Amino acid sequence: MKKWLIVGATSAIAEATVRVWATRGYSFYLAARDTRKLEIVRQDLQSRGAVRVETGTFAADQFDQLTEVFDQAKTALDGLDGILIAYGTLPDQLHCEQDLELAQKEIRTNALSVIHLCGYAANYFEHRKTGTIAVITSVAGDRGRKSNYVYGAAKGMVGIFLQGLRNRLSSCGVSVLTIKPGFVDTPMTHEFDKTGPLWAQPEIIGEGIAKAVDKRRNVVYLPWFWSFIMLIIKSVPEVIFKRLSL
Amino acid sequence: MSDKYVSWGRYPFKNQKGVDLLWRDDQLPVNTNFLPQGNARSYGDCCMNADGMVVSTHNLKHFISFDPETGVLRCEAGVLLKDILDVVEPQGWFVPVTPGTKFVSVGGAVANDVHGKNHHVAGTFGCHVRSFELLRSDGARMVCSPSENPEMFSATIGGLGLTGVIVWVEIQLKKIANSAIDLETIKYSNLNEFFSLSAESDANYEYTVAWIDCLARGEQLGRGHFMRGNHASGNRKKPSRRSLPLTVPIDPPVSLVNAFSLKLMNALYYNRQRTRSKQTIVHYDPFFYPLDGVKNWNRVYGPKGFLQYQFVVPAENSADAIRETLDRISAANCGSFLAVLKVFGDKPSPGMLSFPRPGATLALDFPFQGEKTHALFNQLDEIVVQANGAIYPAKDAHMKPAHFRQYYPNAERFKEFKDPNITSSFWQRVMEPSA
Ligand SMILES: Cc1cc2nc3c(=O)[nH]c(=O)nc-3n(C[C@H](O)[C@H](O)[C@H](O)COP(=O)(O)OP(=O)(O)OC[C@H]3O[C@@H](n4cnc5c(N)ncnc54)[C@H](O)[C@@H]3O)c2cc1C
Ligand SMILES: NC(=O)c1ccc[n+]([C@@H]2O[C@H](COP(=O)([O-])OP(=O)(O)OC[C@H]3O[C@@H](n4cnc5c(N)ncnc54)[C@H](OP(=O)(O)O)[C@@H]3O)[C@@H](O)[C@H]2O)c1
Repeated sequence: MKKWLIVGATSAIAEATVRVWATRGYSFYLAARDTRKLEIVRQDLQSRGAVRVETGTFAADQFDQLTEVFDQAKTALDGLDGILIAYGTLPDQLHCEQDLELAQKEIRTNALSVIHLCGYAANYFEHRKTGTIAVITSVAGDRGRKSNYVYGAAKGMVGIFLQGLRNRLSSCGVSVLTIKPGFVDTPMTHEFDKTGPLWAQPEIIGEGIAKAVDKRRNVVYLPWFWSFIMLIIKSVPEVIFKRLSL
Repeated sequence: MSDKYVSWGRYPFKNQKGVDLLWRDDQLPVNTNFLPQGNARSYGDCCMNADGMVVSTHNLKHFISFDPETGVLRCEAGVLLKDILDVVEPQGWFVPVTPGTKFVSVGGAVANDVHGKNHHVAGTFGCHVRSFELLRSDGARMVCSPSENPEMFSATIGGLGLTGVIVWVEIQLKKIANSAIDLETIKYSNLNEFFSLSAESDANYEYTVAWIDCLARGEQLGRGHFMRGNHASGNRKKPSRRSLPLTVPIDPPVSLVNAFSLKLMNALYYNRQRTRSKQTIVHYDPFFYPLDGVKNWNRVYGPKGFLQYQFVVPAENSADAIRETLDRISAANCGSFLAVLKVFGDKPSPGMLSFPRPGATLALDFPFQGEKTHALFNQLDEIVVQANGAIYPAKDAHMKPAHFRQYYPNAERFKEFKDPNITSSFWQRVMEPSA
């Protein structure tokens, strides 16, 4: 059965995804920063049918911890079939405009660390000539908007890095999946007013991720209708877009 | 999620302030009154706290332990029956009791002490609860079971969320050879026939229920389809789920349920089966959860929302009370879209305020039509009070304070266990009406 490393395993979207995999009897190495939440997630997957669940901790801005956790997972599960990178923060845009250090820190957490880890994982899977690298970015990375462009820039950077990686690894059978969720009802968005038809539950996103991995998709918008929304948003000419309040 | 935190009947309240409890060791909000909420599948206001806030267990979705040998499952209160079935059914286990939708949380199932089609053999959901953890507003956590804090255990089962937040629940699942149902549907022609079918089926059928045609009158009053079934034997192949991924995506401006569609539906449904009896093997989904196939079906009732009226009356008064109810409904020209009739067994409910008790229970759906609906309900109340029956809080937005105290004589004693910082619109309506 499949063996996956989940980085940011306490994320609601990651949890929804691994629950699908647990009932299929996968094994997991769960990495997160909070040991108390990690234990809750470990019990959950174990009870739902996961074969093996190991855990480890990391902090995203400590790059050496990212590579260490990757190595530990590889050893603990005796090889890996895939990595899902799910951790992230939603920066306060206005705050980032006043505090440029903070903007940098957010970019480091949401982009540079992810790129570091993907680069490391890519070398491993390239060598094995099989495997999946799945990364959660966001629809926000498709176009910069004044309400959240620090976050958008970070997600966009990861997206472009993954395009290159996909191109590099396509010849050796390694699949690279970019996951772009829209608005999801998770702890990250707990301060939002979640009314309206655009909000999705994490279960829908998790099922979508599991399906996209099965089908070895390249890029997936979740739920699917976001591909149309983003098509429209991307097609608005910049002269108009810059005047919109988005 | 539009209408997050709003009850299923979408009446009487359209808005509700709420927060989600994110992890099971999180603290509760302080300096505010609140009400625990599960998946808001209750129809009326027992899951609402209109002037305050609700604390939703929506994110408490973790399993804690499951032993496939014994069928003992411990999980967080926000886990839905659907989530449980997805995991345990392939391993030969089933939920011991289930209401007519699998989108209820375990916490909600305990707090309303829900019942299902197997009440006559299995009792209520609470009968299968081994223990749970209760989090009080002062931060205290207590484990309750029949032997540990037994009074708080009994107050919390059917306790309408008022004793504290149930954090996790441990239940005993039911072993099955096959999740499919070996079903017999009998088209019967009047109320007396219903009662004899029900009595004759109790011993040999685990699940029994009837759908009744509420528009039939006179000789045919109470006619309908009686369904009785058991889990199929192990060697029968499982039928497919036949799930309809239908959604009611928009809010129609008026109720689509009206006199015309009601007549049509009831007539079509009653006559869909030609022969008197029909035997089939069905997937558990369409048998237990016929309405779950249509997502957001509550929207067909339009923006005013809808109400249920579900009562139980003791056996000696059952036939008369139900006959009179059906008469009143048709006289008021307010036919119900869905009318479900079942005879409860005599297994005692463990909760201080549990609704199920021996007798017959009838559940009816009505689009909300303002005064007209309340006027009809007032008439029905008289029948229930006279017959020494009770109304189900999970479906209620109408019950009168004096009636609540009559139906639930433990209400006064229950106050001792109520958490001082927890309240609900339901509780305020029936126990603390202002002037
Ligand atoms: C289509 C349909 C069919 C139904 N059929 C049946 C049926 O056959 N039999 C039956 O008995 N019921 C039936 N019901 C009603 C339903 O089973 C109950 O209302 C159930 O309690 C809903 O669970 P919930 O998780 O949505 O809880 P909610 O509706 O959110 O809450 C219900 C009550 O439980 C309390 N509560 C919820 N979670 C917690 C918690 N963690 N700790 C403390 N208190 C909590 C709330 O305060 C509230 O008082 C049906 C409902 C629908 C929509
Ligand atoms: N929710 C949305 O609407 C939405 C939309 C598009 C994309 N996304 C993306 O989806 C992914 C998952 O988010 P979610 O919605 O599931 O939210 P979530 O439940 O809040 O998960 C975020 C996770 O990131 C972890 N994390 C944050 N900073 C970290 C750090 N410095 N080091 C280690 N871990 C850290 C958090 O750990 P703790 O649990 O310890 O805090 C948490 O597990 C994120 O990449 C997010 O950007 C979300």
